[in-house]
Amino acid sequence: MTSAVTAEMHEVAARYPAVLQGSVRKRRISWLVAAGVVGYLMFAWWFFSIGTVFANAKWDIAGAYLADWVSYEVRPNIDLREDHLEVKFTRFDPLGPNGDPDWLARETAMVAKKAAQASGAGGGVSSSSGSFLGPVGGASAPAASDGAALTPSAEATPIELSQEVVRATVDFSGAGTVDIRPDQISVTRGDETLVLDIIRDVAVNAQGPLPSWATQRSPGDKVVVYFGVPGRAEIENDEVKIRHRFLGWANFVFDINSPFWGKSAGEVFDLILSGERIDPSRSNLSLAWNNILYNAEWQHLDVWTKLLETIVMAFAGTVLASLVAFPLAFIAARNIMPNRLLNQVAKRFFDFQRSVDMLIWALFFTRAFGPGPLAGISAIFFTDTGTFGKLYSEALENIDDKQREGVRSVGASPATVQRYGVVPQVLPVFLSQSLYFWESNTRSATIIGAVGAGGIGLKLWEAIRTNSDWENVAYMVILILIVVFVFDNVSTALRHRLISPSGTTS
Amino acid sequence: MSAITETSRPTKPSLSETGGLVERHWRELAVRRRLYTIGGVVFLVLAMAGSLWFANESNAGKFFDRLPYLFDFLGQLVPRDGWEVWRAMFDLPSPYDDGSLKYNYPEGRAYFTETLYVPEYVYLMVETLNIALLSTLIGFILGFLLCFLAARNLVANRWLRFFVRRFMEIVRAFPEIVIAGFFLAVFSLGAIPAILAVSIHTIGALGKMFFEVVENADMRPDEGLRAVGGSWIERVWFGIVPQVMPNFVSYALLRFEINVRASTIIGAVGGGGIGEALRLSIGQTHEAKTLAIVLLLFLTIVVVDQFSAWLRRKLVGDQAFEFARGG
Repeated sequence: MTSAVTAEMHEVAARYPAVLQGSVRKRRISWLVAAGVVGYLMFAWWFFSIGTVFANAKWDIAGAYLADWVSYEVRPNIDLREDHLEVKFTRFDPLGPNGDPDWLARETAMVAKKAAQASGAGGGVSSSSGSFLGPVGGASAPAASDGAALTPSAEATPIELSQEVVRATVDFSGAGTVDIRPDQISVTRGDETLVLDIIRDVAVNAQGPLPSWATQRSPGDKVVVYFGVPGRAEIENDEVKIRHRFLGWANFVFDINSPFWGKSAGEVFDLILSGERIDPSRSNLSLAWNNILYNAEWQHLDVWTKLLETIVMAFAGTVLASLVAFPLAFIAARNIMPNRLLNQVAKRFFDFQRSVDMLIWALFFTRAFGPGPLAGISAIFFTDTGTFGKLYSEALENIDDKQREGVRSVGASPATVQRYGVVPQVLPVFLSQSLYFWESNTRSATIIGAVGAGGIGLKLWEAIRTNSDWENVAYMVILILIVVFVFDNVSTALRHRLISPSGTTS
Repeated sequence: MSAITETSRPTKPSLSETGGLVERHWRELAVRRRLYTIGGVVFLVLAMAGSLWFANESNAGKFFDRLPYLFDFLGQLVPRDGWEVWRAMFDLPSPYDDGSLKYNYPEGRAYFTETLYVPEYVYLMVETLNIALLSTLIGFILGFLLCFLAARNLVANRWLRFFVRRFMEIVRAFPEIVIAGFFLAVFSLGAIPAILAVSIHTIGALGKMFFEVVENADMRPDEGLRAVGGSWIERVWFGIVPQVMPNFVSYALLRFEINVRASTIIGAVGGGGIGEALRLSIGQTHEAKTLAIVLLLFLTIVVVDQFSAWLRRKLVGDQAFEFARGG
């Protein structure tokens, strides 16, 4: 833009300021709106005390919960005994109670087991040098002269020698290792190594300063070492808690009680196709299918049934509402039913149904029918009868009158006039609106399910409230997203076919 | 001569060969159409019968067994006298007060000063309305920022458009209770989880509506601005925003109506506000309290709907988008 033109424009602007600046009222309104929005946001900040709530939020938990969506933790606890270790998996561990993963290497040795508590560390076998018996030795050792020589109090109580873990090494997927012995634990991350001396049941003492990835509240207290995403280890004075995180969903297909658990896909197929019957009463295929459906952790069958309930709720509710709203809309339409009183009654009835929230209907029918899809169907039905009635009657009031007159002029009865003069015009619109709400009701059905109307919503809500089943939540969310997307596309495609003229031929 | 045999019908004019072909074709089409209709109806009837059977089977109580209890429950909702509902709504002392929660209305008063108080349910209703308003505002602002990136006429980069659109679709379809439940775990009880859940859904829902409006915008102002060398932001701000703003605000108002309902529902699953109060009072059969809440909710929704419809009509004329909810 040349300067001459710019100067000229400024001159024009100076001469007719009103033209370019817009009306004062308009400018004032936009400023007022902006000020109102900012003022409201400040009010909301105070009203909901957002600052305090955010400051008190448990953000660390949020991270762990989010990680739970797509990963799982294996949580062995390693008890530090006097002269040996005990590796324990909980009953609900993804690896089962007897897990033996290859990232947890165990070194075993024969140690003397005593019934009574010994005094101090000197009483036991010196486990660091305890390789006097190879790990291959039989588990039940013979009553031993060795043991008698080692402990002076051996004459009083019989001494059992048994194979025990004396050293465990946990590898955190390459991020670091924890090397555990009953009296000393050394943690390596990158090129840093932290050595911790354990005084059993008393204290955990670090040799040297703690690196940045380890924390200890006070000297002697437990030490927590972090390895980032792969997990962490909590080292206490009597046990080491390993929290090793893996990407993916654990035991998604078979749970740990299934005979197919822990087998690769190839092995499972082999078993199903040609293997011996595991359960003599039925084929391996049906056993495998049964095990999948009744997977204890993922509950596939239950989830699918509940999802179907939700779909059924949306479908049946929408269809029933359409069917009931259809005749009522004719009563409410001014151009079809000449009686003004009936029009008004029908319209106010629709308004009432629409304005009583779906939540109220849902709670109401949950009380009446008990939790389950019937309550959901009724809630959707009652709300949507109002919505459809309103939309349908509006569509009816906008129809082209010529067709009706044409049919009437040949002497058709009133019912026939509606059938041939009105319905063909509005039916595609009606169907299209119903389809639109079918899709949106699928989402509503999920939500009202959570207040007790059954379906996947309730199951989802139960999984959320436990705060530990986030992977199940993720699974159900994915299923819901798939269903909503499929329905969205089907309903859009059908609506396009209904509304576009080329689609109506079939 | 054929008129003798077919007296009731008008004589069929003998059609030319092409005419006969056309007629035969039309008949075929009509038959096929009827078949499709019958097939569709049969399918619908079967699907409905199956659905209802399945719903009845998997429900806790069976429909016909429970139907009498529906009326019992309705009977339980009748208050002891007509004024009881008003007392419950405005927290006035009740003559039936026996110390139980059921009739002790003044318990819930929220005092401003010594004597000036807000009745409990009015306060909760205001809270729910604020949840809806704040979420609509947050959703409006973020949806506004995102929608221009998803519009075909403003962004040439297909991948950017693709990602913004998929993002909007996912946040729109993501079940609100999951977001609410997640933030309930992080923030503990309160209104913030509900606000976040409703806002996140609103971003997706409004963003989708918004970019469709933007794609239908008149591009001539944009061309003018482009011709004088306006940057992308200037083109959007001066060329597009003024013409789409009324529609945007209209959609946002519609969304506000929906969000009032949504925040009530989210409230019932632990997000605070009137929804929770309603769930508790229905669960404990506090008839006067339930009726007071239902009445309050009903009146609020009617007022909000009427106000929003009036404002929308003012903004965009009679083609105010008359969908009650959805999106």
